[in-house]
Amino acid sequence: MTPKKKSATSIKERKNQVINTFQEFGCQLYDQIEKREFPRVEMPSRSIYNIKYDPKIRQYILGNRMVRRSARNIRHIRPFTQLVWVADIVNSLDHMNKTSTLRDVYYMAQAYDMNFKDQQESDGIITDLETIVGYSREDFNVFPEERSAIYGSLTIEYTVPGYEGKRLNLTIHPDGVMIGPALTSAEFVKSEVDKIICIEKGAMFTRFIEEKAWQRFNALLIHSAGQAPRATRHLIRRLNKELGLPVYVLTDGDPWGMHIAMVIISGSANAAHLRELTTPDAKWAGVWATDIVEYKLPSDRLTELDIKRLYELRKDPRYEGELWQREIETFLKIGKKAEQEAFSRYGLSYIVDKYLPTKLEEMESY
Amino acid sequence: MTESKESFAEISPADFFYRNRDIAGFTNPARAIYAAIRELVENSLDACELYQVPPEIYIRVSSESTAAKEGPAIYRLRVEDNGSGVPPEYIPSAFGQVLFGSKYRIRQTRGTFGLGGKMAILYGQITTHRPVRVISSTGPRIYEYELIIDIQRNRPVVLSKKVYGNGNKWHGTVVDFALEGDYFRAMAKILEYLKETAIVNPYANIMAVDPRGRLYRFDRVTEKMPLPPQETLPHPYGTDVETIRRLMYVTECRDMLSFMTTHFHRVGRTIARRFLEFAGIGIKKKPKTLTPNEIVKLVQALKTFDGFLPPDASCLSLLGEDLLRAGIEKELKPEFIAVDQRKPSAYSGFPFVVECAIAYGGGVPKTGDIILYRFANRIPLLYDEASDVSWKVIHTMINWRHYRITPDMPIAVFVHVCSTKIPYKTVGKEFIADRPEVEKEILNGIREVARQLSIFLSRRESIEREKRRLDVFSKYLPKIAKFTTELAGREREPDIQPLLRSIVKYGPEEEGD
Repeated sequence: MTPKKKSATSIKERKNQVINTFQEFGCQLYDQIEKREFPRVEMPSRSIYNIKYDPKIRQYILGNRMVRRSARNIRHIRPFTQLVWVADIVNSLDHMNKTSTLRDVYYMAQAYDMNFKDQQESDGIITDLETIVGYSREDFNVFPEERSAIYGSLTIEYTVPGYEGKRLNLTIHPDGVMIGPALTSAEFVKSEVDKIICIEKGAMFTRFIEEKAWQRFNALLIHSAGQAPRATRHLIRRLNKELGLPVYVLTDGDPWGMHIAMVIISGSANAAHLRELTTPDAKWAGVWATDIVEYKLPSDRLTELDIKRLYELRKDPRYEGELWQREIETFLKIGKKAEQEAFSRYGLSYIVDKYLPTKLEEMESY
Repeated sequence: MTESKESFAEISPADFFYRNRDIAGFTNPARAIYAAIRELVENSLDACELYQVPPEIYIRVSSESTAAKEGPAIYRLRVEDNGSGVPPEYIPSAFGQVLFGSKYRIRQTRGTFGLGGKMAILYGQITTHRPVRVISSTGPRIYEYELIIDIQRNRPVVLSKKVYGNGNKWHGTVVDFALEGDYFRAMAKILEYLKETAIVNPYANIMAVDPRGRLYRFDRVTEKMPLPPQETLPHPYGTDVETIRRLMYVTECRDMLSFMTTHFHRVGRTIARRFLEFAGIGIKKKPKTLTPNEIVKLVQALKTFDGFLPPDASCLSLLGEDLLRAGIEKELKPEFIAVDQRKPSAYSGFPFVVECAIAYGGGVPKTGDIILYRFANRIPLLYDEASDVSWKVIHTMINWRHYRITPDMPIAVFVHVCSTKIPYKTVGKEFIADRPEVEKEILNGIREVARQLSIFLSRRESIEREKRRLDVFSKYLPKIAKFTTELAGREREPDIQPLLRSIVKYGPEEEGD
């Protein structure tokens, strides 16, 4: 399958949009000061009272409630200054086409006498900036530390400085290719796959490569490494939208694994201020609670924490669907959970040879 | 006991005090040297005030023995003043006879028992068996006496007497005698006593030299002195049977009407008539013919009749707000002082006035508790603080949190009670009883000064808050201007001065979450 030509320029366009947005933001504040007004900014509130689930786009969004941050307010002026500083620093990173990490930003602040109390505070300021400019931090080149990986027959073309135009097939390395800033901003050139299988655990991801499951299923493999980082979620979405690839998520059979799949599908409340991180058409391929029964998988008892989490998820609007409700009820009924590795009792390749083909077939009906 | 016959003998007042010296505070050598200094200093202050001259008090304690510094030893105590001086003919009696003179009138005095320094001299004599030397002048000539007290007969014995010319017109008194004491154990209390005395006598120069040769100076900050106390008649409410009996003997009045108007405080003819009618005693009756039963009836009527005027406090010698403030200022140099003089009030026929002050910061130390300074008739009270009415008021009756005052702040409270009769709780006379009338005035006085401190603290806090606020804005606004300029891609930074100026000009910042 050949990607639509349109996306070839989408990366650069988006970069320019981000840079323009930052400059507009700067001009807005500059003009306020010139007019002898205290600089201020308004943005949607991210308090839990303003986070709503939008069934139409199947993700959490922010409501109409706005908050105002003003340099006139003694309690706001420090975070306000930090906000402008972060905007300034990431803007210059963008201009130089350089990337940074959340931790990096936290440490850089000290050189500007803008110390944050802890990284949580600096991360919060960066989230504010995302809310104001309407782009996720990966768009302005600030990445988290954790990285996930991708493997499969997809050829990409880099856009990062020094690698522009350079192409790479993602089967190049048996450990997979790290999903970092360079890959996230790459264009898709040639795809020979017809699906994406997203796997929670590294051991299982490696097994899929070793067993050549990617060939048998004609699949692109993505290792989410627990909760998928935003860059990975954004990449999954692009692959789904731009290449029209269906997405299957394979996790442990417990409420936490189930939720890893859900965040890829419908996003998290923490990112309610952002769009384009979700893949509403992605599917959770297991391990389901009903699989534990059907395949008689070795299992552990649910802990109190697990059960509490299940009750929370049962009320969550993202879990309204029939499949989700059925699986939650089954978990609660059997009181058990199972890891992906539980399939090993049937031999190493069972999950690849038997379980997944059956599952993918079954998935067609959901 | 085999002897059944008991011998009865009259004892002289000097003998009585000799046998009961604990009452007067001469309990042990440490307490004794403190009490001796105190009695003589207070006598000297009284003498100067009577003469309306700013006091110059010089105290010297020197070691008479070469013994070690610790423990009881013989010390020589010398106290000099520039007061009125004692007329030469009275010197032997004034310093060598206990309970010399008689009082049918009352007056606010410092002295603990009206014994002045006689108890100190008596104590010195019984511990060292040495005479006292008194030098005094009222102006014309200087007289020097060496005396001992004949304790059993309560009579002064003059050992020598010298007279000198007085070219400089010196007046005042010097008392010099030896006593057993424990200076080093008493030292802290003595110094505290001198410091507190300096607080309530800001018009006095006090100098003290101790056995180590150290000089302590408490300099006056003003020459202004309070008016001396006036003698006044007893108020009917505070009169007892013995007073009436004594008055009966000395009075020259021929009828009860003039007896009442002559010998009692604020009793005029109209009130006297009404009272005698109430008491059922004829106005024409001769006072000297009152029977013991009639005296008792009269005293009971004096206490129950509700037509007497309250006692007048004009006879009291108050310190006044200015002098109290000056005294605290000079000894503690606090950041803030508030003083309050209450309106005169009375208990049991005795007029009294409460003066309160509060001091914050500066030389006031942080002790984890509010420091209490107590004064009665311008003398400091240093012992049994926790039994005093002021302590009770401070610790149980005032909600300090209401004034935003916490015990960890450096705060001192001063309570000065002036009265013709201080309501001491015990014979020790170191703490004041919780008479409801006195307690109420102390409570209201402390509340008033605490309120003023509270205003000061909150005003200072708001100034500091304002300063901190400005600091924050001046720290961050320039940074915002710099980052904004870079972000907008402009050349010149916007001018933030108008914004900074507006913060000073206008009040509270914009509210927000």
